[in-house]
Amino acid sequence: MLVLEDVHASYGSVVALRGISIRVAEGEMVGLIGANGAGKTTVLSTITGVVRATRGEIRFQGKSLLGKAPEEIVRSGIGMVPEERRIFSGLTVAENLRLGAAIRSDRAGIQKDIDGMCQRFPILGERLHSSAGMLSGGEQQQLAIARALMCRPKVLMLDEPSLGLAPKLVESIFDLVMQLRDMGVTILLIEQNVAKTLQIVDRAYLMRTGQIVAQGPARELEQVVDIKSAYLGGKLVEHERGLDRGVDTHR
Amino acid sequence: MKGGLIVEWTRIAELFVAALSLGSIYALMALGLALVYGILRLVNFAYGELIMIAGYAMWQLQRLGFGVPWALEVLLAVGVVTLTSIVLERVAFRPVRASHGPPINVLITSFACSTVLQSLAMVLISPRSKGIEYPPIVSAQLTLGPVRIAVFDIMAMIVGGVSLVALTFLLKKTFLGISLRAAADDFTMTRLLGVRANGVIAAAFAISGALAGISSVLWLARIGLVRPGIGLGPVIIAFFASVVGGVESLAGAVVGGFILGFLTVGLQAILPASLLEYRSAFTFLVVIIVLLVRLQGLLPGRHMREAR
Repeated sequence: MLVLEDVHASYGSVVALRGISIRVAEGEMVGLIGANGAGKTTVLSTITGVVRATRGEIRFQGKSLLGKAPEEIVRSGIGMVPEERRIFSGLTVAENLRLGAAIRSDRAGIQKDIDGMCQRFPILGERLHSSAGMLSGGEQQQLAIARALMCRPKVLMLDEPSLGLAPKLVESIFDLVMQLRDMGVTILLIEQNVAKTLQIVDRAYLMRTGQIVAQGPARELEQVVDIKSAYLGGKLVEHERGLDRGVDTHR
Repeated sequence: MKGGLIVEWTRIAELFVAALSLGSIYALMALGLALVYGILRLVNFAYGELIMIAGYAMWQLQRLGFGVPWALEVLLAVGVVTLTSIVLERVAFRPVRASHGPPINVLITSFACSTVLQSLAMVLISPRSKGIEYPPIVSAQLTLGPVRIAVFDIMAMIVGGVSLVALTFLLKKTFLGISLRAAADDFTMTRLLGVRANGVIAAAFAISGALAGISSVLWLARIGLVRPGIGLGPVIIAFFASVVGGVESLAGAVVGGFILGFLTVGLQAILPASLLEYRSAFTFLVVIIVLLVRLQGLLPGRHMREAR
């Protein structure tokens, strides 16, 4: 459904991505994990056209996304829950949800979906007409996810949905992501919280300094990768060697 | 003694009305500038020339002498400016934006547009002032007991009020308005929800142009003429008003406009005759003091708040 092949990208002279290849099949939940600064968010920005790929190919449902404006890319059916949520704090909760449905024009359907979101996320229903900036961090995260769902995305991309949330809230956000997966939403989940992510995704890619250093089904990745050392960048070289043989079965 | 007190009271009432009237015009001017700034972070210096063009549109219609009713003439002038603003965005700003150069390029483009439009006015029309006629009612005065009020001031307040209400309705109740506010908050995120950047920007320029046109009709009524450099004063006022109010918030632009209006009228009344010609200097001194105390303006936008 979503395919990245040998994607390179850079910010000015700083190379951010060096040959990223990722596949997300329909109905699948795929994790993209790695330490801060590994380039995970840049992968998303490159998919959405905010950062331009200097090399490689990105396809969504068989069509190339390269060179398209961000709004045209997301209009083909991509829902975004960006890093730090980026809800519109000066707008009401309802207005945030309405904007989530920017690509739709079925008024009745949009209103029905807003009502649906209010049932799924009761706090949003209670605060529907107050300023979104007044919500707490966890509530803003729910709003960011609800807003992304308003476009009825074919694929949902979440960037660090657990970042900056209290442990209890992290649990509920992960629960929510699992519910979405069970509903059949295709998901690309970016997380620093490697252990939790590997518990819920089908497959995952491990990134380090702009490259994919390991990939495979979550369970195998969990066994082979000594998460802590990979995460801290410790003995990664040995692990990478082992991974090349042991895990990389999904190419 | 009693008579003196009545004079004081009526004088204050008259000044208050004059300040509200001028504030309405300034608020509309500032809103037009702030609307585009909010989305593109661009101070559109060609905004003054839009005000000039509305004047020339009225002058041209009067010169042709079709006997167009005045109300229609005003509508046509506002329409011409709105269209000009959209065309400017399309032929000048959009290509520069699409080239992904440094943001300063867009600012320089706005200076270029300003210069080109002014030069065109000089070459094609005349460097000299052209008179614009307003119906006699505009310069009439109403007497309410001891208070004398210019009909023009009432018109300015009504037009200002109606425009503000209409704009508020647009921004709060329509999808376009919600998109505009979201784009001013976080443009990239707005695009990542599928809102088309070009559409939002074109709409912002169109509304900005309409506000330039409306404020121009009111502004030029005070002087009754138009010339190539006529837009400089308004664009500076609009700029200062939006800076005072908080350059990233539309409410701030309105508040700033009224503050400048009250300052201008107040200084006019208080300053001794020998200092009157320095009125603008005093006004801007107050602006500088406001900014020294509150760098982000009186009503800061979201980005300013976060930066603190």
